[in-house]
Formats: sequence, structure tokens, C-alpha cells
Amino acid sequence: MTDLTDLGIADIRNGVRAGTFSAREVATAFNANVAAAKALNAFLIDTPEHALAAADAIDAKRAAGEDLPIMAGVPIGMKDLFCTVGVEARSASKILNGFKPTYESTVSQKLWDAGAGMLGKLNMDQFAMGSSNETSAFGNVISPWRRNDGGNAALAPGGSSGGSAAAVSARLCPGATGTDTGGSIRQPAAFTGISGIKPTYGRCSRWGVIAFASSLDQAGPMARDVRDCAIMLEAMSGFDPKDSTSLDLPVPHWEAGLSSNLTGKRVGIPKEYRLDGMDAEVAAVWDKGIEWLRDAGAEIVDVSLPHTRHALPAYYIIAPAEASSNLARYDGVRYGQRNLPDGAGLQDMYAATRAAGFGHEVKRRIMIGTYVLSAGFYDAYYTQAQKVRTLIARDFERVWDSCDLLLAPTAPSAAFALGQESDDPIAMYLNDVFAVPASLAGLPAMSVPGGLDSQGLPLGLQIIGKPLDEQGVLNAGLAIEERAGFTARPAQWW
Amino acid sequence: MTESTYRIQGATGEWEVVIGLEVHAQVTSNAKLFSGAATTFGAEPNAQVSLVDAAMPGMLPVPNGECVRQAVRTGMALNAQINRYSRFDRKNYFYADLPQGYQISQLYHPIVGEGAIEISLDEKNPDAHTKTIGIERLHLEQDAGKLMHDQHPTMSYVDLNRCGVALMEIVSRPDMRSPAEAGAYLKKLRSILRYVGSCDGNMEEGSMRADVNVSVRKPGDEFGTRTETKNVNSVRYVMATIEHEASRQVDVIESGGTIVQETRLYDPDKNETRSMRSKEDAHDYRYFPDPDLLPLELDDTFLDACKASLPELPDAKRKRYESELGLSAYNAAVLTAEAETARWFEALLTESAKAQGKPEAEVAKAAANWLLSELYGALNRMAKTIDDSPVSPAAGAELLALVAGGTISGTIAKQVFEIMLETGEGAGAIVEARGLKQTSDTGAIDAAIAKVLADNADKVEQYRGGKEALFGFFVGQTMKAMQGKANPQMVNELLKKALG
Repeated sequence: MTDLTDLGIADIRNGVRAGTFSAREVATAFNANVAAAKALNAFLIDTPEHALAAADAIDAKRAAGEDLPIMAGVPIGMKDLFCTVGVEARSASKILNGFKPTYESTVSQKLWDAGAGMLGKLNMDQFAMGSSNETSAFGNVISPWRRNDGGNAALAPGGSSGGSAAAVSARLCPGATGTDTGGSIRQPAAFTGISGIKPTYGRCSRWGVIAFASSLDQAGPMARDVRDCAIMLEAMSGFDPKDSTSLDLPVPHWEAGLSSNLTGKRVGIPKEYRLDGMDAEVAAVWDKGIEWLRDAGAEIVDVSLPHTRHALPAYYIIAPAEASSNLARYDGVRYGQRNLPDGAGLQDMYAATRAAGFGHEVKRRIMIGTYVLSAGFYDAYYTQAQKVRTLIARDFERVWDSCDLLLAPTAPSAAFALGQESDDPIAMYLNDVFAVPASLAGLPAMSVPGGLDSQGLPLGLQIIGKPLDEQGVLNAGLAIEERAGFTARPAQWW
Repeated sequence: MTESTYRIQGATGEWEVVIGLEVHAQVTSNAKLFSGAATTFGAEPNAQVSLVDAAMPGMLPVPNGECVRQAVRTGMALNAQINRYSRFDRKNYFYADLPQGYQISQLYHPIVGEGAIEISLDEKNPDAHTKTIGIERLHLEQDAGKLMHDQHPTMSYVDLNRCGVALMEIVSRPDMRSPAEAGAYLKKLRSILRYVGSCDGNMEEGSMRADVNVSVRKPGDEFGTRTETKNVNSVRYVMATIEHEASRQVDVIESGGTIVQETRLYDPDKNETRSMRSKEDAHDYRYFPDPDLLPLELDDTFLDACKASLPELPDAKRKRYESELGLSAYNAAVLTAEAETARWFEALLTESAKAQGKPEAEVAKAAANWLLSELYGALNRMAKTIDDSPVSPAAGAELLALVAGGTISGTIAKQVFEIMLETGEGAGAIVEARGLKQTSDTGAIDAAIAKVLADNADKVEQYRGGKEALFGFFVGQTMKAMQGKANPQMVNELLKKALG
């Protein structure tokens, strides 16, 4: 019998629908993998009973002859910043210790409605601020991947959705939720050889998702292949009146619309993404991607996004500015951790709670955000960054005159060793240099595996699409997937 | 338009006061500005708090369309520019009554821009002494919660019921020059809000409060440095705040000091203002556009519906009462100052016209006089408002119809009204049961006259000798003899005849 944990979302659903195996068998198999993979530190909380209950409900439905929904019997991992009823949600921060929501995020509810169950809450960078998972208050995730040099250096799974990436890659779950503010789905997907898509801003409701930067945060799926991403994205998306920025549009049937025939599509290659001193192996994979898309019928065109180099600085003003305000609610009064020194007044309690509760990177961004919004600096930083954001968006609007999609690398390098970049925040921020422009413009963007580098580590290719054209992005991803023949997986050492 | 002559007499001469008001008016709506929680006053602490109001992780604000509608209608009633594009901003600061750590407000793009209202400074002659006060803007914002310091010996408690309730902040231009003008402005604003129905204007319950900006200058000079006295919650206190703050500022300047821009508090018990914090201690609120909310964009359909839903406003109503109903300017002003009074008056008018089969214009004066003297007198005595009047407009109209039809005299009407107030019976039934009907029986009146003249032969003599002022005496005596029930007109006629 096949190992059920080798199956992806589509195969599990189809097998459960066909009665090849039960949902309970699937949940049990993944629960076992989760329990056996503590060394990866991917899960902060295991919820095996949730996965089993969801599986049993699906098995009962099937026994009753009912139609099974699109993620029937699929157990998934849930990034810690999604609120789910009764399960601690901390966004990997001590400041939310003990916080058990009484409410279910719209995205998680949609997933349960689609027949999925929850294996547990996934580790992440604290408040989604980080690109290596090292800012988690509960220890970093370790990538299941290792270099082929015989050394056992622990590698970063990427971030902030590093737990999600590691868990999918290590077969602890067939799919996981991620959120992407400036690359937090795409970069870890690239680092771990899986697929992940950030849809158009507004496709997935932010209600019940612990906020980092509201104008950028967008949930999306991380899974083993493009089809699985399409299925899961379909389950997660949809209008939510409880989120004012939610898009009031029907959810397309992305899975049904999958096609790797790109005839008639023009794919733009943005010259500004070809940085000086670019990693040769990253450049080589990019070139292969270009060939694959051409082979799939697309016309390749060179394009320019002239303001690209301003995207990262603008992002690191806007995102911290919003975060500094979004995180003000963590004051020790109503939930989470409270530090109340003897004789402390209100302000002392705030200060003590926040000093002890937030990690270094979170504090750094709160301080940056507070600074750029303060009187006298607002125009020079925040207003200027918003102007840049408008220019970035305009770059994309113009480029759509000459192409339908863009192809670029996901990240400037393969996974780095844990600790390698954690002392230099700027080096860390540069991980998102290719991811951030699409975030600022709210565009759908996906990472799919392009191949392995000479160290045996995955490299990702990024496809960026027009607003609402997730289908075009997924289809190009599928075309690459079919041609890249990426079957590598980490050898199990944990 | 009249220049104010209000001056403060200082040691160095006269000082002029410059006043601007920022009024916070709670929007009348069932739900809060960005959450579905209820807004009823006086509920148990923390009984009206949603997950959004408590700033639970992952919660998001969704604008309440009714609050937007009320702000737009109010803006229209203030003759103000309605901004089709507006946006919400976050005002960031930490305090226990503010769970989000920021207040959602509108700094950069308010929903309502420049407007104006006209105030009247002479109640007796409302058109004679008027002044236009500019409105700078009206914007929507969230209220904060309330701290309770008397619940525990060492801790303060927080009640979040008010947290997130929609407020309209209405900012005036610094156009007022005396406490009286500020008082008139507040009253007029309150009146307009209540007409529109966008705020109940209840200052005792905190649904309307004012931040009072005051500065002083020598007449003709540039504006002086202003202070802002926060959260003053009655018209009287606003006027007192201005008087005291202006005198204080004059004293400071004349004794060689300078006014610092600061926030002050009014203490009604001591009748003084006290410094709360100076500009140096002021928060840096780090305003920026709320990224959880899209800009508000208003279309023609929405604006037209807002416009169509506006009632006749007090100024228009007053002028119509004068021109169409022939009321005096004073009566028209008093009747229209409060929406409730006007509503009651118009009901009375409709009922009166129906009861008497006459056009409203013909019954209006009597109705107005009766309402303003008899009904108001009674309500004052009973310490009731017109909304709690024990007598309905229909019952009042029945009484007025009896007078107009000659069934009872004005004097008897007063008695009947007293009985109506006591028993709740209708005027007709009271007159019937108690035999108060006025008589036009000439025989009975003649008999009474004959007796009065016989008993006062000396006075008859004097009258006939030229002392015509005595006529009133005979009328009074005859009415007395008739127990007030004689038709006064007929008494007059018959008396004249009898006296030759």
C-alpha cells in the first residue's frame, strides 16, 4: 500500500471520494508524521483530534452517500497567526501566550467547510516578521533540507511561513496555510522545493488573521504542486463582509481551469530583476524557466519595471508603519501575557509587557514604524513610500500592455544556514527583494520549484500576474512544473 | 450681521475674546461606527462590546452605513460641502480606554467640509441680531471607553460600552466673540442635530460635548495664543468656561506672562479651568490612513437619498411660520427652536384646523398662544418636557375648538385645561359634565344685567355722567353673576344697550 503521506491534496481528496482509503486513515498517517517530526520544530501545537474529527465527519458523509467537498479528508497545517476556536493562537510571540480565540478566522472556517481538518498550528516568524523563522519566540523551524556537502548545517526554511513550508516539504501535511506580506509564502516555498501562491490582495479574508501589515497581508496556500495550490486557494478564497478590503467577486474554479498550454500568452522578463552580482545558479534556473514557458507556447518579451529598486525601501517603511499601529493592541490588558511589576502603573505595565512579550525583530519594526509616522518625519518617509508604492503599481499597470505574466526568481539565493544572516537585518530584508514589488501592487504571485542548485538545494521561480488572474499564474506554474520535473525531496533525518 | 461688543475690561484696556468650538456629537444609530455592538445608554458595564471593540487579534472594522448617512445628512443641514471622497485615519496613542491603541478618525480627508450656521442673538427679534458662524469641517470618529476609578481601592476599571460608538466632530471657525455667541451657536447646532435626527443632543448623558478654544486679543490685533478646554458638557458650562478662561488669560498677559498653548479642564464645582497638559507634553498621534478600511466614496444616488430624507430645518420653519401662519417672529422662533416643540405644534395645528373646519393659517395664532402660555406654563410647573405632555395635541385642539366656537370663554378654558391635566378627560366631556358651557341666552344675560344695574345705581349714574371706564366694572359684575359662562361678546352688546 502507498504511504498516504506521500499523497497530495488532489490525490487524497480523490481517494477519499472513491473510497480507496478513509479520511481517518489519512488523518492518522499525517498525525503520526507530525508527532515524529519534533526535531523540525515546524508545529507549535498539535491538534490530532481536530484532524480526526474532520476526517470522521467526511467519512460519515461518504457513508451517507453525500457529495464530498473539494478538500474532503485533507488534513492541513495552519499557520499560527490564524485564529481557530479554542486553540492557542500566538503568531509565534510570547505576548499572546495563553490566547485561545473564541472565534474562527474566515479562511480556516472556509477550509473546514471544504472538508479539511487541522493537524496543528505551524511555527512562523514572530508576527510574520522575518525571512528565516529565526524570530519565532518558540525556536526556529529547521528546514528538512540539507546541503549535499555531507555537512549537517541546519538550514533556514525561509519565512515567515517557514513552519508551513517545512511541514509540507517534510510530508507532515499535504498542504498548509501561509500568509504573504512581502514574500512570506513565496520565499519559504522556494527554499523548501514546494509551491505556494499569494492571490490578489482581497481574495482571502483577513478576518481572524493576526495582522502584520494590513494593506499587504494576504493568505494563500502552500502545497506540493500547482494543482493542490489551485484546489486549496479555491477553498480559502471568497468575499467576506467582515473584511472591508475583501473583494466582492465570485471565486473562479481554478482547478478546473488548469491548463499548461500557454499559446497566445506573453511572458515578460523584467530586466530590473537581473541584479548585478546575481547568483549564477539562480540566473541559470531563471533562464531555464524562460525556455520552459517558451516551450509551453508563450511568447517571451523583455520588459522594464523601472521603479523596482525602490520597492524594498518603500516596503520597509509601509509595513513597519502599519505594524507599529496594528501591534499597539498587545498591551497586557485583555489577553495574552501581562507583566505587572510591583507598584506599576498603567504605562509601566504596558512597557513591561511589551518589553518582555515582543521579540527583537518585532521591536525593531515597531520602532521603525513609529519613527516613520512621527511628526516631522511622516512626509519624508511614509508619504514618500506611498508615492513609491503608487509608482510601483503603475510600473505593473504599464507592463501589462506588453505582457500577460512576469517570470522572475523567487529569492536571490537558495536556503541559507540558520544564524548566517540573523545578525544583519538588511541582508535578511534583501531576501524579499524579488517578492516585495508584487506585494506592494497587490498582485497574484506564485513560487514553483525550478530545480536544485549545486548544493542540492531547491530554487524557486516566481510568476507574477495581473490583478485577479490567479488562473494565468497557476497555468504558467503548471507549465514550469511539467517541464522542470522536480521530484527531489529531503532525505528524512528527523 | 452684528459686531459683538462683548469686552473684558483689563488694567490695560479692553480685550476681545475669540472662541472656536469643537463639538463631539454622538451619532444616533443602533450600532457602533465599525462594529455591530449596541449603543444604548446606561447598559451594564461591558455589556455592549464586540470582538472588534475589544480589539481582539485579527478583528477588523467595517463601516456602519447608517453612521455615514447621518454624517452626510448633518453636513447637508449645516449647508456644508459634502466630500464624495473621504478616508479614515488612525490616531495612535496608548490608554486604558482605547483597546486598539488607536482611534479611527478622519484627519486628512473628512466626510464634510466647509459649512456655516446662522445664530440669532436676540430671541425677541430673531432677525434683527444675527451672525454667521463658519463650520470648518465635520468628521466621523470612534468614541473611547470609560474608566471607572471608584470600583476598587487600588485599581481602575474599564467600561468599553462607549468604545467605538460613532461621533461626529463638528469644528467651528474661530468666529465667536462672546459667551453668548458660543451659547447661541451650541443651542443652534443642537437644534439642527435634533431636527436632522443624527444626534439626540443630550449633554447630560454625554452624547454632545464641546472642546472650547479660547484666546484673547486687543480689538483689531492678530489672534492670541489659544487654550483648549476639553469635554465641557452643558451650554451653561461652555459659557462659564469662556468667561473664566478669558479673564484668566487677560490676567496672565497683563501681569507680564504669556499664554501657553495647552489643554485645560473645566471644573464646574470650583468654576475654574485647570491645566491638563501643555503642548510640549502633547502626544504625537502618528496619524496615517487606516489600512483596514477603503476610502468612502459617495455616489449621487446615496447623496440624493440623504438630501430627500432631510426634514424642514429650524430657520426655514421659522420663516414659514411667520409668512404663512402669520405668527410673530418671537413665537415662531420659540416654536421652532426644538424639533419636539415644532412637531407638537404642527400636530396641534393639524388637529385644530380639522376640529374647526378652517385653514391652518386661521387657527395658528390661537394655537401658538395657547401652546406657549398655557401648555408651557403647565409643563414648567410639572417639570415635564413637551414629549411627556399629559395632554395630546388632539386634546389641545378640542379645547381650542370649544373656545373658537364660542362654547366656552377663554377664562373657562383655563379651568377646563387644569381639569384636563388632573383627570386626563377630554375638554368637551369636562364642559358637558360640569355645565361650563357658555350661555348666549339673552334672557338670562338681560336678567343678570338688570340686577347688576339695580344693585349699582350710583355707578350707573356716574357712567351716564361720562365715566365710561366703568363699563369694564359692569362687564365683570355681569360675568360674575353668570359664573363666567356668559358669552362675553353678548354681555358687551346687551350691557351697552341697557346702559343706553
